[in-house]
Amino acid sequence: MRTRVLFMLAAPVLAMALALGVSALVLKLAGHSPLDVFSQMWTHIDNKANVVIIVNKAVPYYVVGLAVALGFKMNLFNIGVDGQFRLAALGAGAAGAAVTLPAPLHVAFMILVAMAIGGAWASIAGVLKVTRGVNEVVSTIMLNFIATGLTAYLLGEFLYDDVILKRTQIAQTQTLPNSGRFPHLDSLLPFDLPQDIHLQGFVLVAIVVGVLTQVILTRTRFGLELRATGLNPATARASGINPSRMILTTIIASGALAGLGAMAPLLGERYAYSDSFPLAVGFTGISVALLGQNHPAGIAVAALVWSAIEDGARGIVNGPPEITKIMQGTLLLTAVIGFTVTRRRAERTSIREAAARSATPSAGTADGDVATGGLVSA
Amino acid sequence: MTATTTSPPGRMTSLRSRLDTPLKRAAAYSLAAFIMLALVRVIAGADAMTGSNTIRFGLAAATPILLAGLGGLVSERSGTVNIGLDGMIILGAWFAAWAGWHFGVWWAIPAGIVGGALGGLLLGFVTLQFGVNHVVAGIAINLIAPGVTRFLSGQFFVGNADGSISNSPTMKGSMGSFTLPILSGGDLFGWKSPDFLGWLDDHRWFLISDVAGVAKGMTYKMAWTTMFALVALVVVWYLLWRTPLGLRMRSAGEKPSATDSLGVSVLSMRYLGCLMSGGLAGGAGAWLAIDVRRYQEGQAGGRGFLGIAALVFGNWRPLGVLAGASLFGYVQSLANLANTDPIRAVFLLVAVVVGALAILHWRRHLPVNGAFLAVTAVALLWFFIITEKVNSQLVYVMPYVVTLIVLTVASQRLRPPAADGQIWYKGSSG
Repeated sequence: MRTRVLFMLAAPVLAMALALGVSALVLKLAGHSPLDVFSQMWTHIDNKANVVIIVNKAVPYYVVGLAVALGFKMNLFNIGVDGQFRLAALGAGAAGAAVTLPAPLHVAFMILVAMAIGGAWASIAGVLKVTRGVNEVVSTIMLNFIATGLTAYLLGEFLYDDVILKRTQIAQTQTLPNSGRFPHLDSLLPFDLPQDIHLQGFVLVAIVVGVLTQVILTRTRFGLELRATGLNPATARASGINPSRMILTTIIASGALAGLGAMAPLLGERYAYSDSFPLAVGFTGISVALLGQNHPAGIAVAALVWSAIEDGARGIVNGPPEITKIMQGTLLLTAVIGFTVTRRRAERTSIREAAARSATPSAGTADGDVATGGLVSA
Repeated sequence: MTATTTSPPGRMTSLRSRLDTPLKRAAAYSLAAFIMLALVRVIAGADAMTGSNTIRFGLAAATPILLAGLGGLVSERSGTVNIGLDGMIILGAWFAAWAGWHFGVWWAIPAGIVGGALGGLLLGFVTLQFGVNHVVAGIAINLIAPGVTRFLSGQFFVGNADGSISNSPTMKGSMGSFTLPILSGGDLFGWKSPDFLGWLDDHRWFLISDVAGVAKGMTYKMAWTTMFALVALVVVWYLLWRTPLGLRMRSAGEKPSATDSLGVSVLSMRYLGCLMSGGLAGGAGAWLAIDVRRYQEGQAGGRGFLGIAALVFGNWRPLGVLAGASLFGYVQSLANLANTDPIRAVFLLVAVVVGALAILHWRRHLPVNGAFLAVTAVALLWFFIITEKVNSQLVYVMPYVVTLIVLTVASQRLRPPAADGQIWYKGSSG
């Protein structure tokens, strides 16, 4: 057990080292000094105001990462988080600007709208999978593109703000009033921030959601059923779990979380949805979920690391900032390889141990063929 | 389609038994669809719908989708799901532009194929050597490819001629295009031949001008790269279904343990599938780069995913991929005519097609499907009647909606390769 944890930690550390190594090699080949570029990045990250920016950026990555991880836990690939994120941002932005409510209610209303839209959009893929057996990877890819077109259509035809469109030629939803904005946490920080940088309050929501997800996954019946279905669908079904219901609930929950993730930039920074709203957050969420091994704590670290590398690009003045993309890519790929290899090794070890246990009474055959050992012990 | 739905049951069976090969069926379906298209064109008064220019742009838009779809076909038939097609298109486009800029436009084609194949090799390496989930690996490649090309652009393009971080310098030379002499007005040994099809096309007679428009659209100013893509379609079909190697590759995607038991290396077959898949996607990238004679960031524009859509639409068959790619390309071409009549007519067209499918499903005793399709058809028809202008965004999402409808209605009849996406190790069952 301890060795397994060690292995699980070794993989990401090794992946990070490899990512740095590959980036260094590429920089060297391109005629730059790797140490110089890395130290520029580090100097940029090692700055209180920039850390706040990194945390702010990491919050939507984290929540969307949780959304993806929830699906991954039962082998559901919700590639559609991007579309759910977009539609939720637009819908909540438009709905929030259309109503007048007192401060806490206003924010709560928008969060509910966002989660409902995200969940509803994701449910299309769920219903198709459950009723028609449509593979969710393909359907969510299609739904992503449909969502992209749909948001552009809705924003361009109905939900734009007349005044701003006439003045700036930019189509965006009406700007949210103060009651619809999530309060900043600047006063809680022991240091002062530059004027236009704030620590977004949504970070608290992210922490709560992360803890809640972990509790639900490990301490509730639903969580147990979800993990059981992911580990072995046949056994789960045999033990009375309704797979269709599990698929639907999980994908809707995943979509709702993706919608929630969209509220971080909307309520804490942008206050309106426009074409310049953070894009491809859905795909970053997938990377972050993979890097964090679908564990809420792991995803938190992964989201922070991802956002730190991304923001570190701004620090590279003397050298190619694009190297951070290569760093992220190598990190993702090597980590995924590392996790797969470790998991397979762990599975093999546990099969061998089980074989050894069942073989001990009759003595002798412990070191036999792994596959046969597994079969015999089963 | 109309032929089978409107004829009485007795004739229907005889017609169906006469359409016994895929090629005959495809021909019959295409013919029915075409007559419907011509009818819709006349009813909606949207003359540009079958005009030669619309068809020509449609063919051009379909080609990269076809290449990407063929890429998906080769890898999935040999057992590897390739979600990374889009990334491989990006790699192909970059390499094509680089070679085209240095050595001339013809070098862009092999360079693009090699660039895409590198991405395919990476997919094979990660999934086959380490057993990483295919979808995960594909997503990773899609994330990595734009990062790598952006870095490379920074190294090789910035500061050279009109290159920048997001686009390459212009390629050397141009490829020219192909126009059929006599029929479409091409040159014959320096003699400007008449444009017979163009003359017919301009008259807009029912059916005759429609046929002429389509024929001219396919033989007039066609890019050489488009011709290569059509050749690639035939080559892929021949390789996979008419050669021993193709049989082995397909068996690795259907039942790898059987492949292995006959002494054929599943890994080699799947590696080959990944390499060819990347090469074809890279070809799609080269097509895009050559089209505008440079690499531009965002050039792939999700065509890898459209390729996947065409593959699913076409039920993992070459002719099906061609049909899907043509349909999607045609819709994209109509999207260029946004806010005009043809675009409204698309909704009528789709409504008619969906209505025909509804009747078909009803007669096959699938009332739920039939009802679902009928409701969709009525909704589309209603949309056609009430709207005067159609937002181009709605047209842009059409291919994806069509694919979703196909998935919904036909998912029980779609047949992906049995071991598609399965991780396989020597000794594992499956």
